[in-house]
Amino acid sequence: MQGTAPYRLSFVLLGIALVLAWLLNISSGSVNIPFSEVVSILSGTAAQVDTWNYIIWDFRVPKAFTSILVGGGLSLSGLLMQTLFRNPLAGPFVLGISSGASLGAALLLMGTSLFVGMGSLSFLGDVSLALAASIGSFLVLAVVMVVAQRVKDTMALLIIGLMFGSITSAIVSVLAYFSSAENLQRFIFWSFGSVGNLSPQQILLLTGIVLMGILLSIISLKPLNAFLLGERYAQSLGVSLKRSRFIIIIATGLLAGGITAFAGPIAFVGLAVPHLTRQLFDTMEHKVLVPAVFLYGSILMLLCDMIAQWPNSANVLPINAITSLVGAPVVIWLLVRKRKMLF
Amino acid sequence: MENKSKTILSTKNLSIGYGSKIVAKDIHFVLEPGVLCGIVGVNGIGKSTLLRTLGRFQPKLSGSIQLEGKNVEDHSPSGLSKKLSVVLTEPPASKNLTVGELIALGRQPYTNWLGTLSPEDQKQVQNSLDAFLLNELKHRKCHELSDGQLQRVLIARAMAQDTPVIILDEPTTHLDLYHKVQILKMLQQLAHDQQKTILFSTHEIDLAIQLCDKILILDGDTNPFGDPCELIEQKHFERLFPMEMVQFDAKTGSFKITK
Repeated sequence: MQGTAPYRLSFVLLGIALVLAWLLNISSGSVNIPFSEVVSILSGTAAQVDTWNYIIWDFRVPKAFTSILVGGGLSLSGLLMQTLFRNPLAGPFVLGISSGASLGAALLLMGTSLFVGMGSLSFLGDVSLALAASIGSFLVLAVVMVVAQRVKDTMALLIIGLMFGSITSAIVSVLAYFSSAENLQRFIFWSFGSVGNLSPQQILLLTGIVLMGILLSIISLKPLNAFLLGERYAQSLGVSLKRSRFIIIIATGLLAGGITAFAGPIAFVGLAVPHLTRQLFDTMEHKVLVPAVFLYGSILMLLCDMIAQWPNSANVLPINAITSLVGAPVVIWLLVRKRKMLF
Repeated sequence: MENKSKTILSTKNLSIGYGSKIVAKDIHFVLEPGVLCGIVGVNGIGKSTLLRTLGRFQPKLSGSIQLEGKNVEDHSPSGLSKKLSVVLTEPPASKNLTVGELIALGRQPYTNWLGTLSPEDQKQVQNSLDAFLLNELKHRKCHELSDGQLQRVLIARAMAQDTPVIILDEPTTHLDLYHKVQILKMLQQLAHDQQKTILFSTHEIDLAIQLCDKILILDGDTNPFGDPCELIEQKHFERLFPMEMVQFDAKTGSFKITK
């Protein structure tokens, strides 16, 4: 396949767009800080108002950074899944992986109090929620993978993914019914999705997880390209199916599971961004698509977070709702315009 | 033509099937470089199963398959990918690939961990494009191609993989007569000009008789293998289909409907 050279200009434009989106994201929020002040604060000069300094550095910059990780990571996991499952509709949500993460989080937030009390939760703290959600998403991903081996029909696979979603949400409902109001509220707030409110330690952990996912994607670039032909062709090209599939699944699970754990279930980014990226980069080469999808996803997430923040008001809308409002029409538009979704 | 005597792919007492279900047994054949060999037989007799077994997509039941003097199971996955390439009945999973991209994927066994194409790889891709008259289609997406064009692209990809053996599962289905002949002639040319051993399954028995150097008839019994003329003389084609429906005409080498 061709190298990345013909897409250099597109990458430069995406890079500029990312910086712009990042600046816009940081300069908007509940407190109105003039753009020139934002720039001077970011360049290291102290602001006229002391609290502005604090707002920018301790709140908005980490939030923007988390947006980049979340948007880029989810989009990348969507790309990996679409290639692995040979299905343009694959994504963390459609295949039930986010539902798995929800189940893990629900079991921890609402289930532990039912069974063992809150002692264990406070002991493990931040890490336990991430761990529970990750385990949940890995379990669902593993089951989907086993089913995918038996069911070659991708349509059936999607329906099975949706069924998993139904099963997990049913279990979550049962848990919610028996849960205390306080725990239920914690779960509901988690399920709204949020890229703010992460502690520096959590951001550090999330960065590690996303970097790991990116690294595993990079070492899988060649098998990913081979998978575009189908599994048998990939095998005939010398790809070790079991090993490559395993690495790609781990990468997907880390990205989708880890991000959902920290930021809550964020819909449609993983499904829509790979398709949007292919509108801009007319290639299937993963050497181009992996970085492009990550950049595109980051930009979109920064913009969605900006809308969720509702400039100059104290209201913060659930980011999950915003991404759905943006993402679902995009998927419909792509289907109507091309009549067929390709990957 | 001194390497004509060299065996590249052969089977002995080969049984194929799934688990305890034997689909076909007693399959013997010996193929040298530069030979175009067709596999014929009625539906369900095991043509695809045989090709899948040869390509190591499923295990054999018993017997042996020798590829370049070594049991086919003893080749490493990456080693096998440099010896044997395949063209399957299933279309590529992603039809969004361009013709150039798809053919370049054939070079994967030779590229580095990132899949970067060396000048040698690019030359091989170009040769495949030339050989199958695909230069004008190079930047087209696969979903824009006709069946015949897509089949040519898939065979060009196998050629770019540059393996001594190429196996194809029914490369001529869904094509009209002109494109069937076109594909088979290209395969014949590839086998003869570049000394490739090409094995393919087909239902076009009359075309196979005219174009192939060897034919393997899967009949669920002795599975005769040999030159098309020999097989005609030994009246093997007569027994392929029930006589009351179709009859083989040895003079023309084709089948006629029984009146």
